[in-house]
Formats: sequence, structure tokens, C-alpha cells
Amino acid sequence: MLIEYAIASFFASAAFGIIYQAPRNAIIKCGLVGMVGWMIYVSLVWKEVDSVPATLIASFVIALVSQTLAKVYKTPMIIFSVPGIIPLVPGSLAYDAMRNFVQNDYSVAISIAAKAFMISGAIAFGLVFSEVLNQIIKKMRKTKAQLR
Amino acid sequence: MESTEDLIELCLLMGKIMQQNGAETYRVEDTMTRIAQSFGRAESQSYVTPTGIMFTISPGAPAKLVRVSARETNLEKVNLANNVSRKIASGDLSTQVAYKELRKIETSPTDYSMLIQIIAATLASGFFTLMFQGSWYDFLPACVAGGLGFIALMNFIRLFEIKFVAEFIASLLIGFTAFSLFSLGIGKEVDKVVVGSIMPLVPGLLITNAVRDLMAGHLISGLAKGAEAFLTAFAIGAGIAVMFALF
Repeated sequence: MLIEYAIASFFASAAFGIIYQAPRNAIIKCGLVGMVGWMIYVSLVWKEVDSVPATLIASFVIALVSQTLAKVYKTPMIIFSVPGIIPLVPGSLAYDAMRNFVQNDYSVAISIAAKAFMISGAIAFGLVFSEVLNQIIKKMRKTKAQLR
Repeated sequence: MESTEDLIELCLLMGKIMQQNGAETYRVEDTMTRIAQSFGRAESQSYVTPTGIMFTISPGAPAKLVRVSARETNLEKVNLANNVSRKIASGDLSTQVAYKELRKIETSPTDYSMLIQIIAATLASGFFTLMFQGSWYDFLPACVAGGLGFIALMNFIRLFEIKFVAEFIASLLIGFTAFSLFSLGIGKEVDKVVVGSIMPLVPGLLITNAVRDLMAGHLISGLAKGAEAFLTAFAIGAGIAVMFALF
């Protein structure tokens, strides 16, 4: 089952790399970034971590990996992070919420929609947090160099 | 001698290409001021929103405006524009040469043919169904529904000026395909099939970029992108909802 997830998330992220027209030589890396993120998310959820913190951790790791790749290959970071976070996007929750709205089950629909909103917030927060961390490290290096 | 006029045009074109193809707002602003800086204009200011870009080369100088009417996600173009800005920063390019290169990037055709993109969307739909705990029985119907939906989206976007109409029709088609395949006995859980096959339409990048822009203090960009994402999500949801009512 774990291998099935790994394969599915790899191809899904790589396919999104193509839909978003990432450079040809980045497609496989997009798939790998997406796979890493989804494996972290799934294994955390299996250990009964709530899906919001699990998404936060997964998107934080995705951003770290994307930043490293971006530094190595001298490209903007979004080339890897955008296809990579796609598996985490709460599409199925948004769909569930919509379905409940249509079936006049408003209280269920609202609670699912709130969850979907929390998860997209967690994705964004993970990305921003790793960026902030990156800037702090950069600044610390600069001040260290100046002190010398 | 670099003329100021050329430099302004270069900065605006760079901003336009980046903003049109899905770069983050802060990165667009940053790149524009950096280009100006590398040509010795340290006091330039840029103001970027999803629908337009304003730029002034020095305080007091008249600001120039460029309109961004259509946005899509094309990471290759963002990458190429980024390469040009790197070369400018290292002093390898004059404004004229850089401007020509950016023009070439702006008008260059997409890297992947329509067919490859459709195949990618088809496979993505199938694999998303698996990731949402669908069974292998649901793989094929999801591929069919997702592929058809993506083809519809691509063609209707060209036909209509309004993006949301195209998204609505595409999700109608997805719902119709998934439900009719299900009633023919193909596929186990129709929910998983629908969820997987709407994924290529879901505005995932917009949602996360919107929240990011808000957090970074680009309030107008964040709200505008959020509104765009909400409209898209609503169009998709409405299309599926109609099919729910029918079946």
C-alpha cells in the first residue's frame, strides 16, 4: 500500500509538472518532491496525527527540499514547490463540502469547508515558515562574515 | 550608454512575463528593482498586483503602467525570465539584448504539445483517485473523466472570454462522464472518481499563493488571487452539483 501511494504521488506530481509547464529536466524532480511530501503526510496521518499539522510538516519539508534543489540548479524555487504541494491541496475536502452544501447538509458542509481552509492555510504557512528560516540563516551568515 | 527609457521598458516586460506565468508577487517586485539596481538605479519602486504592474525608476519620475489581463501557470517561462535577470545582475547583458531575449521568451510557444498535456492530466486524474484511497477499479473511469474535462477546459477557454464558464462546463462534463460510467457499472466509488478527475482543474497554486501573498503583506494581491481561486472552486463545485441533482 505504501509503495502504491509512492508511485501514485510521484506520477501525479510529475504530471502536474507537465500541466504547469515546468522545464523538461525538472519533471522527475517535481515528481520526487511531491512523493516525499505525500509520504510524510500519509505516514503522519497513519500515526494518528491530525491532518492539519501533518500538512504543515509536509509542506515545510517540501519547501526545504525545493529550496535546496533551487540553489543547486539555480532556478526559482516555485518550479519544484508548486507541483510538489499539489498532492496536499485539499481537493477532496472541498468536493465533500460542496456535495454536502448541495444536499442541504449545511452544518456538515461548513465544518468540512473550514477544515479545507485550515489545510490550505497550513500549506502556505509551511512554505512561508521555511522561507523565513532560510532568510534568517542567510542573515546570520552575513553578520558572521562581517564580524570576521 | 543605457537609456532610461529602455531600462524602464525592460523592467516592465520582465515583471509582466513573471506575473503572467505564476511567479510570486514579492519575487516580481524584487526582480524589477534588482534589474534597475544593477544598472545603477537604486531608488526605483515597483507595485505589482495580479492585474497590473506599476513601476517608477526614481522618486518623482512619472510612473509607468502595464496591464496584465490573462494569467496562467508556465514555470518554464518563469525560469527563463529568472535566467535573464541573473545574467543582468552579473553584468553580462545590456538592456537592448536583455529586452530582445525577454521578447523571445514572451512569444515562445509552450514547451509541451497539447497531446502531452492532455495525457498528463489524464494520468494525474487516475493517480489522484488512487491517492484518495480509491481502488484500481476507479483508475480507468477517473482517467477518462479527467482527460475529457481537461480537453473541454482547454478548448472552451479559447472559445469564451470568461474563464469561469469554461471551468463550469468542464466540471459538468467530468460529472456527467463519471456518473454515467458509474451507472454502466464501471468504477466502484463514484465519489473518488469525481475527486480525482477534478484535480487538474482545482486552483491549488492560486489558493496557496493567495495565502502566501497575504502573509507577506501583499494584501491586494492576496485578496485578488483568493477571489480568483474562490470563483474557480465555485465553478467546479457548481458543475458537479448540477450533476448531483440530475443523477
